[in-house]
Amino acid sequence: MTETVEREVGRARPRKEDAHLITGQTTWTDNISVNGLLHFALLRSPMAHARIERVDVSAALERPGIVAAFSGRDLAEGLASMPCVWPVTEDIVMPDHPPIAVDEVRHAGDPVAVVVARDRYTAADALEAIEVDYDPLPPVLDLEAALAEGAPLVHADKGTNRCYTWPLKTGEDFDAVRQRAEVTLKRRYHQQRLIPNAMEPRAVVVTPIAASGEYTLYSSTQIPHILRVLMAMVTGIPENKLRVIAPDVGGGFGSKLQVYGEEAIALAVARRLGRPVKWTESRSEGYLATHHGRGMIQDIEIAANRDGTLLGLKVDLLVDMGAYLMLITPGTPLLGAFMYPGIYKMDAYDFTCTGVFTTRTPTDAYRGAGRPEATFAIERTMDELAAELGLDPVELRRRNWIRHEEFPYTAIAGLTYDSGNYEAATAKALELFDYDKLRAEQSDRNERADTVRLGIGVSTFTEMCGLAPSRILRDLRYVAGGWEAASVRMLPTGKVEVVTGTSPHGQGHATCWSQIAADVLGVPFEDVEVVHGDTKAAPQGMDTYGSRSLVVGGMAVHHAARKVVDKARKVAAHLLEASENDLEFTSGVFSVKGSPEARRTIQEVAFETFSSHDLPDGMEPTINAEHLLDPDTFSYPHGTHLCAVEVDTETGQTRIRSYVCVDDIGKVINPMIVEGQVHGGLAQGIAQALYEEAVYDEDGNLISGTMADYLVPSAADLPDFVTDRTETPATSNALGVKGVGEAGTIASTPAVVNAIVDALRPLGVRDIRMPCTPERVWQAIEEARS
Amino acid sequence: MTHITVKVDGTTYEDEVEPRLLLIHYLRDRLGLTGTPIGCDTSNCGACTVELDGESVKSCSVLAVQADGGEVTTVQGLARDGEWTGLQRAFHERHALQCGYCTPGMIMAARDLLRENPHPTADEVRQGLEGNLCRCTGYQNIVRAVLAASEEGVTA
Repeated sequence: MTETVEREVGRARPRKEDAHLITGQTTWTDNISVNGLLHFALLRSPMAHARIERVDVSAALERPGIVAAFSGRDLAEGLASMPCVWPVTEDIVMPDHPPIAVDEVRHAGDPVAVVVARDRYTAADALEAIEVDYDPLPPVLDLEAALAEGAPLVHADKGTNRCYTWPLKTGEDFDAVRQRAEVTLKRRYHQQRLIPNAMEPRAVVVTPIAASGEYTLYSSTQIPHILRVLMAMVTGIPENKLRVIAPDVGGGFGSKLQVYGEEAIALAVARRLGRPVKWTESRSEGYLATHHGRGMIQDIEIAANRDGTLLGLKVDLLVDMGAYLMLITPGTPLLGAFMYPGIYKMDAYDFTCTGVFTTRTPTDAYRGAGRPEATFAIERTMDELAAELGLDPVELRRRNWIRHEEFPYTAIAGLTYDSGNYEAATAKALELFDYDKLRAEQSDRNERADTVRLGIGVSTFTEMCGLAPSRILRDLRYVAGGWEAASVRMLPTGKVEVVTGTSPHGQGHATCWSQIAADVLGVPFEDVEVVHGDTKAAPQGMDTYGSRSLVVGGMAVHHAARKVVDKARKVAAHLLEASENDLEFTSGVFSVKGSPEARRTIQEVAFETFSSHDLPDGMEPTINAEHLLDPDTFSYPHGTHLCAVEVDTETGQTRIRSYVCVDDIGKVINPMIVEGQVHGGLAQGIAQALYEEAVYDEDGNLISGTMADYLVPSAADLPDFVTDRTETPATSNALGVKGVGEAGTIASTPAVVNAIVDALRPLGVRDIRMPCTPERVWQAIEEARS
Repeated sequence: MTHITVKVDGTTYEDEVEPRLLLIHYLRDRLGLTGTPIGCDTSNCGACTVELDGESVKSCSVLAVQADGGEVTTVQGLARDGEWTGLQRAFHERHALQCGYCTPGMIMAARDLLRENPHPTADEVRQGLEGNLCRCTGYQNIVRAVLAASEEGVTA
């Protein structure tokens, strides 16, 4: 029997990642420099849509310090189309996507030429010497107009702007349910485009060894392993000659869950020149070139009885793909497809999603990826239904949610939620929020027609995360699997190396994986080092996204460490001349039951295995172990969020007065890290509700094109949060853990918008389009008044 | 080219620089002091905040020639003999960083804040750090860290 004493799991360990980050001893990709390093810059299209008539780089080449310059056509040979790995339907339209445009540009910022110079200033200067003749084509910006007969086409050769239509119908027929419903409500919501804004702009460095055709690609990426496979395919560089390193990576939020043209261009240029090259985006360049998130129109219809019982839900989405299909562009809304019913029981669900090409920067995963949109739609609609029925919004939810004794529960969309306790999380949130008192204050202020109204917003959520069971991915037509790899190495000196296929960029994997391994092995936390983000050092992995790292990657570490103990037990039993069954293992020590003086530490066993002088017959001289984990199911965290806002009806200004969330993410490895994940998620979700939007003009120019025009909230724009947890362990893994990375983002947006609408409902306001800026709030009030 | 003499983190450097060279590029590309990162191109994010002659500045908005004769302190110059400053400790203990990209600028801005206002309220910390953006933490633990450092009497 293996016993582990849980000394580490559950402990608020300050992170081992911090030391180099707070002292500036970092290795961001842009920090990397090697002898002979060249810098390249990209000339980007100033137009949303145009034919490229001519690109002339000759004048740039004549400038001092310019080593090379290429048009898209010059570089096209040897580069395949950029990959999309999620062809969601059989008849999906998959347009060609060259890493650098050749014949046509399809969004402002599409690259058309590259200059390579001895330093970054010289490269940037030379861009102005490149001549490009464009023949303008009409932009395609409106999702509904784009689908109309005779609309201008983003990809003329495809004959349509419709990328795909993906349906999901479960339970009863929705039309039948609608017939018998006492109430139906229809709403249209707009999920504005968002720019992810990881604080570290993207950067790429390639160091080639030309003679042997070997390349090392450093990239600010969330997915070094996936990137390696796909870059091998795009460039033709054999996979075993391509090493990908994700050094320190400064945030991602999905924007670095991507395979970018600049990565292919860097490899192509390094291959041409046989020299190391670097590219680093400026922030405003990144706003055009790094994928955006969200961007959809949601038509929602809900059917219910007058007592509030939900009967069915119909969802029709039009999703802005942007100009090209990036890595998982078409699949991103499908990650939400199963979540529109949320935590509620109903009889019918009818979902349709249509992807539409536009002449804008491509969209793809952004924190939550499909699930925030789904949660927004159902939670906003639940509030509307509550208002329609004259029910308290919490009461309406209570009447419909899955009760804790009903788990495991197969929800209407077909997923089986393993565990949850919505009652407990909601009760705790209501108490922390002082819900009844705030309601009383609200009604008092409404009665005296206060110019500053109080609004209360509630949002519950669950999500499918922990991506993902490979068989389900197959059924959804995603081309890869969802497993994760870990190996645990006991070094001769008793120190431990944990090799993980996850690729952290702020999440604290080194700390948490150390906590997990230390507990299983019974070694000090400080003795564990975590190796990641380098395909040579951590050769197998599926990387980090979709709140998967702990529930798949961390669990793989747990299982690999258990295998180490199992192997060590054999050695220890041999050395102690005892039967394996007679050994106890506690806090890193094997001892013989009944004779505690007969003992070996696991570190001693590691050294004995290294020397291999006295191992059991036939045993390989190692206690190291590897584990590849393919999860059986998704992870289903949940929570209840409550937001109180004060809305000045004369200025439209919204102030968040209090924000309470109680999340249930099962068992927690490090509560301090969990709290930080929730805080950051809340900030991003609130930012969607109040501040952020990628705005395009009628010609397809991004007019929120710099950080001065796109409001990433500062400390002064956000409140203090009250965060708490309930703990309903997952039943799908041995540690009972669930994902947390996206939770805060998913629930907070509807909580805030619900609160604003709740504040203004007495004035006749029924909805406000995000972001709920003072101008929009004021306009909504004025419209309701007239 | 312009000749400049700048003391950075205690070491004096003399260099010929283009007049247009930004201080941040001088630090990063010429001196190899890459501890201070660049987060934007409009001076909104504050990731590149350093101290110039005792005042915090966004080093993307200062020319290297403007630092001529001056003294620059970056995040790399804070720890003494491996001993972290109170703010660095507070950031670590309060989990005030995740990816860490904004952290050098955030710490330098917080130093400036505590120098001017050694005992700020939470709201004053939020207002004082308005020019430094973080995308990971939601700021709450940054505010906690600065307040904790303040309570311990940390001013640098």
